[in-house]
Amino acid sequence: MLGEDIGTYGGAFKLTKGFIEEFGSKRIVDAPISEAAIVGAAIGAALNGMRPVAEMQFMDFVTCGFNQIVNVAGTTAYRWNMGVPMVVRGPSGGGVGANPFHSRNSEAWFAHASGVKVVCPAFPADAKGLMIASIRDNNPVVFYEHKGLYRKIKEEVPEGEYIVSLGKARIVREGNDCSVISYGSAVHFALEAAQKLHDEKGYSIEVIDIRTLVPFDEETVLQSAKKTGKVIIVHEASLTGGFGGEIAARIADKAFEYLDAPIKRVAAYDSPTPFAPTLEKAVLPNAENLQKVIEETLNY
Amino acid sequence: MAKKSATSTKKHSGKSDVQQSLTRSSLLNDKQRIDLLTNMIRAREYDYAMQRLNRQGRAFGGVYSQIGNEATAVGSASAMGKEDVLFPMHRNVGGHYVFGQDTQTLLINQLAREGSMMRGTDGTGHYADTEKRIYGNISHLGAMIPVAAGFAMAARMRGENIVTMTYIGDGGIQTGESHEGINFAAVQKLPMILIIENNQYAYSSPSSVEYACEKLSDRALGYGCFGITIDGTDVELVYETCKNAIENARAGNGPTLIESVTMRMRGHAEHDDFFYVPKEKLELWQKKDPVIRYEQFIIEQGIMTEKQISDLRTSIIEELRAAIDYVVELPFPNADEGYKSVFVD
Repeated sequence: MLGEDIGTYGGAFKLTKGFIEEFGSKRIVDAPISEAAIVGAAIGAALNGMRPVAEMQFMDFVTCGFNQIVNVAGTTAYRWNMGVPMVVRGPSGGGVGANPFHSRNSEAWFAHASGVKVVCPAFPADAKGLMIASIRDNNPVVFYEHKGLYRKIKEEVPEGEYIVSLGKARIVREGNDCSVISYGSAVHFALEAAQKLHDEKGYSIEVIDIRTLVPFDEETVLQSAKKTGKVIIVHEASLTGGFGGEIAARIADKAFEYLDAPIKRVAAYDSPTPFAPTLEKAVLPNAENLQKVIEETLNY
Repeated sequence: MAKKSATSTKKHSGKSDVQQSLTRSSLLNDKQRIDLLTNMIRAREYDYAMQRLNRQGRAFGGVYSQIGNEATAVGSASAMGKEDVLFPMHRNVGGHYVFGQDTQTLLINQLAREGSMMRGTDGTGHYADTEKRIYGNISHLGAMIPVAAGFAMAARMRGENIVTMTYIGDGGIQTGESHEGINFAAVQKLPMILIIENNQYAYSSPSSVEYACEKLSDRALGYGCFGITIDGTDVELVYETCKNAIENARAGNGPTLIESVTMRMRGHAEHDDFFYVPKEKLELWQKKDPVIRYEQFIIEQGIMTEKQISDLRTSIIEELRAAIDYVVELPFPNADEGYKSVFVD
């Protein structure tokens, strides 16, 4: 594993606390502030038989390693028919009073790259199962850990080897009136909105966590859309060019005749993520504005 | 070997000048000298063939001449050991030959024909051949430097004593990824050698547009690694310098930056008429032609006769012609290949 301050310090979010004691400084490598070198060295190690994990201290800084991920790692299978079994992981997302440079949700960029897998867990057990699957995958994986979920969401995590296959969406709440498709932090406010609408108005809302953008579990999403006929897609990333647009297009293309309402998207305003709490709250999506859009769709 | 955190000029100022005589390295025997010459002639003749194929419209995309770079490419790769790994750049066909690559494979790949190692997804020297320990570059300059560093790091973790060698130009060394890669290798004391092929031009841009330091190897001081500037047209000097740097890296002393000063004798690629290079400069470097001078050296040293060299060249040309005749008749890859292998299983 390579990254900034991951060894003795244990990582900016203390995710690697104790790693250096357990695995030693040969395997837990404190790297200079050089994201391109961290990712590039991970690629070189992956080409030479290792399964490296590269940490971005904040996922915002993945931009500095972007070329390595999309142009070196992302083209290797296609050009060389050779795997690059590497995971680039780090804390992403806003809602924590950071700023435009510590809050970015950039997962859609990599989904667009062709050749890179993109994973966005929303629950602790999934984080474990998807991480093991990502490390064992023979392709480059970009792994988004929403920093707002780090210490907020608690659940039992299966002991020992626990694998969640990439490309399998999970229906986290079953329902019949409409489908809310989401991933990452948005799954939690989707569940909150669904519960509220159930408690207050008796609606039965299905919530799907796609868990991985690439590969994308189109089948589960289409099945749900066909079942409920009404779809709302929600993600914390900004609207334009977000992965929600891709999901909406697939549903419109392949389940159009089942739909009873326009596909709606709930996402962040098309701006950088601001610093002040008032501004940040205004810009990012939340359970309240999602609930409003769900109700509009239900009443369409 | 250059002193730590210092650079050595060793016969070269970093700017073009005509060096009088070639180095005779005590590290080489005559058989190795013949191998050096053979691979330099192969690279030169391959280049002439590519120029013709390009004019005939059979070689499309970028055709990047390496004329002037033969001594650097062949001398450096020849200094590497049997387990060492090459991360070449686009003017290193001589290095591919040293590492055992054959003309037919190179041509199939370059002309994007059926059977290409990259299935037609890419061309030039971008391929990888793990059996031959060659990992090609991508077009983004400097991107492979951290990759070569990471490859060396993985080998060291397993206790394998290998060295990786990679290349960059006087332009490419200005990228951030180059800097990050060298610094990382220096900090980790990785067994990696970086050859800076200073061929005076980055596409059309002269050195004055690219950097302000006197010699690019001066940067070694800032990285805390070894650095040296040499005449990149003197094949045995390149060999000896690389050999020493490789053994130094293998001993755990970290990377060396070797600025190998050459001249790009043609345009950036074959579409480029390089009007921006002064004629006098080309004439000056013509006198330093690495292949012609080494042929003369081999004759003067009594290692081969003029006739023997002429026969060697003829056999190389015949082999090239046979390969070209075969490859140009091959179809392009099946279009279905475009849909395959975006990911591996």
